Amino acid sequence: MNTTPKTDAAVALEASNLSVKLGGKQVLDIAALQVRTNQALVIIGPNGSGKTTLLLTLALLIKPASGTIKYQGQSIGNNAALLELRRKLAVVFQEPLLLNTTVWNNITLGLRARRLPAEEIKARTEKWLTRFGVAGLAQRQAKTLSGGEAKRVSLARAFALQPEVLFLDEPFNGVDSPTRQALMEDFGSVLQETQVTTVMVTHERSEALMMAHRVIVLIDGHVRQVGTPEEVFSSPVDEEVANFVEAGNIMHGVVSSQSQGQALIDAGGQSFDVVSNLSAGTKVTMFLHDDDITIALPMAQTQRSSARNHFTGKVTKFFPTGSQIRVTVDCGIPLVVLITRRSWEELGLKIGDTVIVTFKASSIHLITK
Amino acid sequence: MGIIVDGIKQAFLLLIHGDRQMLQIAWLSLVVSGTATILSLLVGIPLGSLLGLAKFPGRRIVVSLVNTGMGAPPVVVGLIVSIFLWRQGLLGFLHLMYSPGAMIIAQFIIAFPIVAGFTLAAVQQLDPKLKLQIIALGVSKVQMVWQLLLEARLPLMAAVMAGFGAVISEVGASMMVGANITGQTRVMTTAIVGENSKGNFALAIALSVILMAIVYVVTLMLTLIQQRNKVR
Repeated sequence: MNTTPKTDAAVALEASNLSVKLGGKQVLDIAALQVRTNQALVIIGPNGSGKTTLLLTLALLIKPASGTIKYQGQSIGNNAALLELRRKLAVVFQEPLLLNTTVWNNITLGLRARRLPAEEIKARTEKWLTRFGVAGLAQRQAKTLSGGEAKRVSLARAFALQPEVLFLDEPFNGVDSPTRQALMEDFGSVLQETQVTTVMVTHERSEALMMAHRVIVLIDGHVRQVGTPEEVFSSPVDEEVANFVEAGNIMHGVVSSQSQGQALIDAGGQSFDVVSNLSAGTKVTMFLHDDDITIALPMAQTQRSSARNHFTGKVTKFFPTGSQIRVTVDCGIPLVVLITRRSWEELGLKIGDTVIVTFKASSIHLITK
Repeated sequence: MGIIVDGIKQAFLLLIHGDRQMLQIAWLSLVVSGTATILSLLVGIPLGSLLGLAKFPGRRIVVSLVNTGMGAPPVVVGLIVSIFLWRQGLLGFLHLMYSPGAMIIAQFIIAFPIVAGFTLAAVQQLDPKLKLQIIALGVSKVQMVWQLLLEARLPLMAAVMAGFGAVISEVGASMMVGANITGQTRVMTTAIVGENSKGNFALAIALSVILMAIVYVVTLMLTLIQQRNKVR
């Protein structure tokens, strides 16, 4: 396995022959998996593929039916050793799962359980509340927080534990788009700063691109591909993986100008209107969901739209997936668009047709890694 | 109607004059039912938590027994306790029959399944992931259960109220194991039954009004505690 230099990194967690059953049904069957120290491993896969179960199993919260998990080469011991080991880990769930008490008590609970000195508890709590921009909420009741605030508190609670491995289950789900963007940026910078070993589950390919050193594609409880995000996204091993990872458009470009949070980005000879504060000259990777793009026939062009991006292109490829059709439109750069079979039929599209593709400036996720 | 008005008048007179016998009956009611409730909490909350949070063989059978116990008729409990406590009974050597101690035991047996049942329901309605999150914070098992009970504190106060309500109002068991002896085992409910059978409706009504007032005041206090930290 150790053929590329990256595999030389120390291994924090290692699972082998892992089998997990829930309610008698086998949901995970994993031959081998490594979590490397100071790296972020992102688990992606469709809904119901077992991502959360895998995360919770690695976090020692679900007991596997068979197989072993080793932490820094050591097997997991008895209950007392398990508690000691758990204290080196932190888990952020999809819902913030805050306790019905003050924000302060939520952050300090794990620290108090570790019997840390009072001054250290205070210092760490203040530091991480401040770092996630929620210091002012310390004395608030957790139940009165907004969704975004609760997520920030839940992240602060995890980082305050100063874990050796941090587990996150779709931590940015369920908040509106601007909040999500701000949250991801804050989290990304903390991650870069702390270099904490991270395992994160997401179904958002853009998050995987942004955060991951390595990506695992999990489908039906099996690891189908492991690699750097670039490897996985540019050369998926089989059609099923491809179907999952290709569900978006990845484009490389440069910010050409920016004013008042609205940037123009040059990529592939086209200029994209994007919501961003990045300054001119910044190199970026853009990610655009295939279902955030609409297709129209050219005669509809006169209709004005609030969407900032309109490109004319030709249909070059189409590929049915269930009730939907994945259409490739070449607008100088190829854009993959997901439309319903009905739209496809009503528009009477065929290969070679000229169409207009439209999407909003806020649909583009920017990655500056 | 006259009887009721008379009864309410008499209740006020008894209260205003601080009738000694009445106060003693009310006090004994509170002591017996209060003690039985506290004991039932000490047993019922851990039992309910165990049934709600742990997995072990036979768990469902124990849950069904607890659920049955929640509806156990007090006279049946009184009968069973009597069989154990009477002079020739298995626990006859304790000489508890016809004492407040016997009434506490009977009321405890009535209340603890109710407390356990409510606790079980309270911890089971919590998000199962909350338990995982608390464990993931690195707390011990005992701390985890404590945190979950804190999360379930609103429904748990309902458990306290239901347990206390069941025993302060029961009459069958207290009558059988206490025998309504004046100055020794007479409590509000047995006194009401006694006065009613003697035809002293006014006094029975007066005692009923006072009993209702006690139940109201205790429940009010518990409600205030329960709703204290409730977020609007």
